[in-house]
Amino acid sequence: MFGIPLFPERASTIANEVDALYFFLIGLSVVMSVLIATLVVSFAIKFRRRHRDAVGAQVHGGMALELAWTIVPFLITLVVFFWGAKIYFVMASPPPETLNIYIVGKQWMWKAQHLTGQREINQLHVPVGRPVKLIMTSEDVIHNFSIPAMRVKADVIPGRFVQIWFEPTRPGTYQIFCAEYCGTQHSRMTGQVEVMEANAYQTWLSGGTAEGSLASTGERLFADLACNTCHRPDSRGRGPVLQNVYSHPVQLHDGTVVTADENYLRESILTPATKVTAGFQPVMPAFQGLISEEQLLALIEYVKSLSTQQENVNR
Amino acid sequence: MDAEFPAKHYLNDGYGISSWLLTRDHKRIALLYLVAVTFFFFVGGAFAVLIRLDLATPAGDLVSDDIYNQLFTMHGVVMVFFFLIPAIPAILGNFLVPLMIGAKDLAFPKLNLLSWYIYIAGGLMGVYVLLTGGLDTGWTMYAPFSTKYATTRVVPAALAIFVTGFSSILTGLNFIVTIHRMRAPGMTWFKMPLFLWATYATSLINILGTPVIAITSLLIVAERLFNFGFFDPSRGGDPVLFQHLFWFYSHPAVYIMVLPAMGVISELVAAFCRKPVFGYSFVAFSSLGIAVLGFLVWGHHMFVAGQSVYASLVFSMLSFLVAIPSAVKVFNWTATMYKGSVSWQTPMLYAIGFIGLFTIGGLTGLFLAAIGLDVHVTDTYFVIAHFHYIMVGGTIMGYLGGLHYWWPKISGRMYPEGLSKLSAGIIFIGFNLTFFPQFLLGYLGMPRRYHSYPPDFQVLNVLSSAGASILGVGYLLPMAYLAWSLRYGKPAGANPWGASGLEWETTSPPPTENFAVNPNVTESPYNYPSPVVKHVA
Repeated sequence: MFGIPLFPERASTIANEVDALYFFLIGLSVVMSVLIATLVVSFAIKFRRRHRDAVGAQVHGGMALELAWTIVPFLITLVVFFWGAKIYFVMASPPPETLNIYIVGKQWMWKAQHLTGQREINQLHVPVGRPVKLIMTSEDVIHNFSIPAMRVKADVIPGRFVQIWFEPTRPGTYQIFCAEYCGTQHSRMTGQVEVMEANAYQTWLSGGTAEGSLASTGERLFADLACNTCHRPDSRGRGPVLQNVYSHPVQLHDGTVVTADENYLRESILTPATKVTAGFQPVMPAFQGLISEEQLLALIEYVKSLSTQQENVNR
Repeated sequence: MDAEFPAKHYLNDGYGISSWLLTRDHKRIALLYLVAVTFFFFVGGAFAVLIRLDLATPAGDLVSDDIYNQLFTMHGVVMVFFFLIPAIPAILGNFLVPLMIGAKDLAFPKLNLLSWYIYIAGGLMGVYVLLTGGLDTGWTMYAPFSTKYATTRVVPAALAIFVTGFSSILTGLNFIVTIHRMRAPGMTWFKMPLFLWATYATSLINILGTPVIAITSLLIVAERLFNFGFFDPSRGGDPVLFQHLFWFYSHPAVYIMVLPAMGVISELVAAFCRKPVFGYSFVAFSSLGIAVLGFLVWGHHMFVAGQSVYASLVFSMLSFLVAIPSAVKVFNWTATMYKGSVSWQTPMLYAIGFIGLFTIGGLTGLFLAAIGLDVHVTDTYFVIAHFHYIMVGGTIMGYLGGLHYWWPKISGRMYPEGLSKLSAGIIFIGFNLTFFPQFLLGYLGMPRRYHSYPPDFQVLNVLSSAGASILGVGYLLPMAYLAWSLRYGKPAGANPWGASGLEWETTSPPPTENFAVNPNVTESPYNYPSPVVKHVA
């Protein structure tokens, strides 16, 4: 309107649903604000003081009205609650087959690590029409990876992985912002998502890298760090066999059972004594501070590649 | 018929600096707060002016990134801790609580003075932070940025917040004891003006919530100075734990800021419609409902902070629930106007402005409580706009409305009516022009705390900055004419509004002991026509 943008582009499947709730709430707000404003203004005019000693009617209240304006807003908010929760469930549940990309935030840039080995800074190339899952962490402070056109964002927190997913619906270039204050150049920690047609994306992928896939980098690192002396495929090692660990339940020393997701793998590499697998001694050295965030991603991806229940299709 | 100025009152009961700095009179302490809080309001406002000036262009070329980060941090810290939290309770509450219940003073007058000195000590520490390098963590001081990465004066700032908190705790304690123990004969709980219910609810939050922010500030200090590792993941800590602790206080703190304003609006609507507040007990209990529910919604600040899905759902539901008592208040105020004798004097204009802006602030809260939509708008200018509608459109409108309403009681003199109506209009227009475009910016995705932004966002930012300059004029005007009226205003008389309430039954300004004869309460709080009717206007 008048050259002023009012709505961001809609470039993901979820964007339509978010906008629908937004428009509903705008409608609700307009109705309620106009109702209140009309009543207040018309009462102020109709019942304006006509004589300086005039007083109002001694009305003290009315139970029916009180109940009505307690219960009706409650019911309306219930609708909005369920509507918002429904969208959130979709956002929190990525489909089983996603294109996974690791994102590492640091003051003040975004690093993207593709499973095929490509790395980008402040850029993210993704294909149109395919669900993309971003597995994100931070090297320093809390950041927030925000793509307004996709209507998704999440805090990127040091020491753990968080995930968001979206399915781009339109090729184009979309803005990435850091949305959690992170220091001096917070407002310059921005970038672009390039949503590409499938064949253009394949061409981009085949640009390739010298290093090979992220999992193969992880495999080399696994040998370089001598992980393979204890974690052997034949169950004779001092450490657990890592084949088929990822996404499977693991019985711990203290009897609890956890699922070996990315955050578990991360913790077990950096501070292995925290959750020791049942039947093993806490003899593994802690790698906290010894390997970089990128090396950690490569190791995790290698361990994931040892699992038959691969959720990744992009390899 | 000019009203008489009383011969003896609290303002001429002793001159000289020590009669003020050592006073135990709640009315004089209220004025000490008025001076200090007004100072901090204009300091915080100056930061806001610089922020808006810088954002008029997308490049962020007025100041450096680091200075900009300090500007919004100090704007937030000063406005929240040194203006919004103390403004209504410490100024209007201090002045009015004893008057409204028919008491001579608060239960602990010396403690009351101590609260002011603690506030001043905290304020001086804040000024020290400003002068020795500032703070750039955002007022939220999120770890691990604040504990490990920031190079500004985090420790003295955290200690300033720690110290200032005791001022709120002691004032809250004083009000609670006073309201329980010092009510005049006949002043039952349900004969209390609604401002007191709101003040009581606020005081409960103050004494229950403020210790948490005090401890949290100390944790930051401990982590920064002694490397404890509470919030450092590489040492087994959790940065999100800080957010839980911070918002466990800071969400209820929103209600510390807005509940007293709601109490003021109840008084204004009753007085300027000369009518009992519709649904008195619903309005009274909604204050307590807000105070209780307000403690259970902190997680709605963390929907995108890696919180579990189910925790987010619970916090979302509770956040919708806390909207209900606020809506109940708005409906009751509106209904109070029906068949009232509605005056259009300045305080009522502020009350009407409050109802409108608070309604928009409250409705946009629904957008943020709906989790699936919050993901898109959280951490953007939508949030900034929303809470400024509550804090500035709500609290400051309530504060200014109350200040105008009780100014004749405080000063004994009337302010110029035409000028005050004009400035109320300027504030309303300036406010909307400043903050409404920020809703649009937020939905477009402009993150908060951004020094530079994409050029697409410039038009809306320029509108917002233009509004801020209008708003600034609107705030300077009352400062000027209220000061002018101290000397040149017409004597107000005991009850210039024809309002009911014990505070209007004593002289303006009241004597040091508040009432010549101890009041005996027989009537409900909003009984019209008022027993004491002496009109000026």
